[in-house]
Amino acid sequence: MNVKKERSAIVVSGLLIGVIAVGLVVLGNPANMGFCIACFLRDISGAVGLHQAAAVQYIRPEIPGLVLGSLAMALVKKEFSPRGGSAPISRFVLGFFVMIGCLMFLGCPFRMILRLAGGDGNALFGFAGFAVGILAGVFFLNKGYSLKRTYKQPAAEGGVLPAIMAVLLALLVFVPGLLHFTEAGGGPGALRAAVWVSLAAGLVVGALAQRTRLCMVGGIRDLVLFREPKLILGFAAIFLAALVANLCLGKFAPGFAEQPVAHTDGLWNALGMFLAGYGCVLLGGCPLRQLVLSGEGNADSAAAVLGLLVGAAFSHNFGLASSAAGPTDAGRVAVVIGIAVVSVIACANTFGKKQ
Amino acid sequence: MEKLDARGLSCPEPVIMIRKAMLSGGTGYEMTVDNTASKENVTRYAQHEGYTVTVAEKDGEYTLTMTK
Repeated sequence: MNVKKERSAIVVSGLLIGVIAVGLVVLGNPANMGFCIACFLRDISGAVGLHQAAAVQYIRPEIPGLVLGSLAMALVKKEFSPRGGSAPISRFVLGFFVMIGCLMFLGCPFRMILRLAGGDGNALFGFAGFAVGILAGVFFLNKGYSLKRTYKQPAAEGGVLPAIMAVLLALLVFVPGLLHFTEAGGGPGALRAAVWVSLAAGLVVGALAQRTRLCMVGGIRDLVLFREPKLILGFAAIFLAALVANLCLGKFAPGFAEQPVAHTDGLWNALGMFLAGYGCVLLGGCPLRQLVLSGEGNADSAAAVLGLLVGAAFSHNFGLASSAAGPTDAGRVAVVIGIAVVSVIACANTFGKKQ
Repeated sequence: MEKLDARGLSCPEPVIMIRKAMLSGGTGYEMTVDNTASKENVTRYAQHEGYTVTVAEKDGEYTLTMTK
């Protein structure tokens, strides 16, 4: 694939993904939340009873869709490659704290773009923090940060997370009575597109993201590291398409106050996304990319996804997640601890690796 | 020809590795990677730096030969 083709492929995919994201809102998802990997993993965490926050419990079919869409594309393109063994527990912990940061801000990097495209000015603070967090991660990459190499694994190992996703989907469709669901009118968890619509959207976006290597963190990272614009083009295309779609549908509402599923504390919006950006660079990709890599058989990314899920459960069990009213004191403490822990992981795998 | 082993590493590490090697001078490099994303990214970077890249695949591993 030549550079021009690669770039046009990611731009076209990004445009399509931006439109799909707004389409999901039209069809029932919460506003500016056509996709949010952090929010949707948090909802899944609640649906299986890992937390009891009644407002955010649902098996979001977009998540299994993303993993299985990536799996299908990887199989077709002969890129399904089970591997693992690159610091899985460190990745779990990084995933855990990336989620703490995302739930401080109320969204993953993907939703941050969608919030910007919906006119939510608070996401500008998030974006600023996110960019600085990426720079912090890039500093360590330049100094030699590495979680060491992966090794080939049996096919079964690479298939575990996709299998878990298939089981979640099966539970939703066949035995929903086992699960916890937000009741109608009870919060964002109750706002959802039809199961098949969400699943189809997830499958398509998962397949496109697998082909194009789309990554919200990789855009700024590669631009700074190598002056390589490919991934940032995908990021920009999603923003542009979602912005135009929101404008056309009258869903663009510029401002700071009373934005959907958002708060107005600029400092903590920025610090939450600082932690998310920082942790994601050390993981090698944003939460979406971790799901997509899991679909390709990457067990290390699967460990990060499990860290995200458990981080979401802790966030709601211990009152760390923000709400429209703003951040909590416990959440502020958790973000500061997260930045410290991520820094320890960064230092240990940069300066301590030569022994 | 300097040989670099980036098997098991995922991006951006292989690209950082080849960038560091190229910055230290030299005209030819042979790098082994074991995933397509790394193959694409290293190829793109080397081409951008003015190298001619040839790729040989064997058992899921790619050997990228970069010359100027």
